[in-house]
Amino acid sequence: MLSVRDDRDREAFARLFDFFAPRLKGFVMRSGTSSGQAEEIVQDVMLTVWRKAGQFDPARAQVSAWIYQIARNRQIDMIRKEGRPMPEELQEDPETEADASQIVALEQEAGHLKTALNKLAPDQREVIEKAYMGELTHQEISSQTGLPLGTIKSRIRLGLERLRHELKDMR
Amino acid sequence: MNQIGHHMPDALLASYAAGNLPHPYALVVAAHISMCLTCRAGFEAHQAAGGAVLETSNAVAISGGLKSDVMALLDEPTVPAPRFERSGIYPGPVVEALRGKAPRWRSLGLGVKQSILSGGSEGSVRLLYIPPGQAVPDHGHNGLELTLVLQGSFSDETGHYGVGDLEVADQDLEHTPIADGGDPCICLAATDAPLRFTSLVPRILQPIFGI
Repeated sequence: MLSVRDDRDREAFARLFDFFAPRLKGFVMRSGTSSGQAEEIVQDVMLTVWRKAGQFDPARAQVSAWIYQIARNRQIDMIRKEGRPMPEELQEDPETEADASQIVALEQEAGHLKTALNKLAPDQREVIEKAYMGELTHQEISSQTGLPLGTIKSRIRLGLERLRHELKDMR
Repeated sequence: MNQIGHHMPDALLASYAAGNLPHPYALVVAAHISMCLTCRAGFEAHQAAGGAVLETSNAVAISGGLKSDVMALLDEPTVPAPRFERSGIYPGPVVEALRGKAPRWRSLGLGVKQSILSGGSEGSVRLLYIPPGQAVPDHGHNGLELTLVLQGSFSDETGHYGVGDLEVADQDLEHTPIADGGDPCICLAATDAPLRFTSLVPRILQPIFGI
């Protein structure tokens, strides 16, 4: 992803496409989208990944988290006239070098999340999938107790630490 | 940064990250995340969880031509979407909802004003302006109401809310928010109910009219 961002490397983008396009298609089709429409979404999402690569920050997000957000925004745009309101981007100091230890820590947490997901019983896994595909209301999410919230909580702590660290550097 | 004591419930953050929150609430969540590092971190954690679901999804074979189509389109020129930055007390998502203009305030009586950002079948979201010491007029809500303080502060039976704080009120909560002294209180408020503000009969007149 970094070669795509920094060098506009088409070979690297092609590899990203090979990994994510079939998974994106599977992800989008899980919520009942037809194969043809799913491919339109995959095309739009992958083009957005290329065009907005400059916004990707490995210290903030895993590639999959970033692509997930782009995919959900695209799906929302297709059903609603108003897109989803998004938070302001954090104004980061361009002089601040990404902290390698933060990137490693984020990767570890993401690894924990994937392990936790793969260990879930099929019915639990289905609840999580539905939640993150936007098929559960917030009331339904809050009544679910099976979400692997522990892993999410540790990521929140980690993310908060990093955000505070970054803002301190700016002052 | 302000000390924010009242945060976004996790289920709302998860639902927002998944894109399934009705638009009025989503605007309040986006505005709160713009002001609150704790909830930004929570949002990013849910994005990561969504990413993990995506990465572990079953791969479905794509048509042969799709990749070459995408590769051929990489150099197509595009117009970037406009980005709205914070303006004064208003976070970027609110500025976007205002289309970059100043709020158009409409009086509700007794110095209280509102500016409706959007209203429809999904509910409504509006800005409220409440002079110091004034109560928020009766505004019965059938469902969930989210109120984010942008300027000043207010207090009610459940506590004190300053800039960046979010009050989450369900339909069972009978509350009378009153703006504290100092600056007028300006809030962003969303409900999933139709607007029920009774502009000429604010709360303090209700005992007189017996309603």
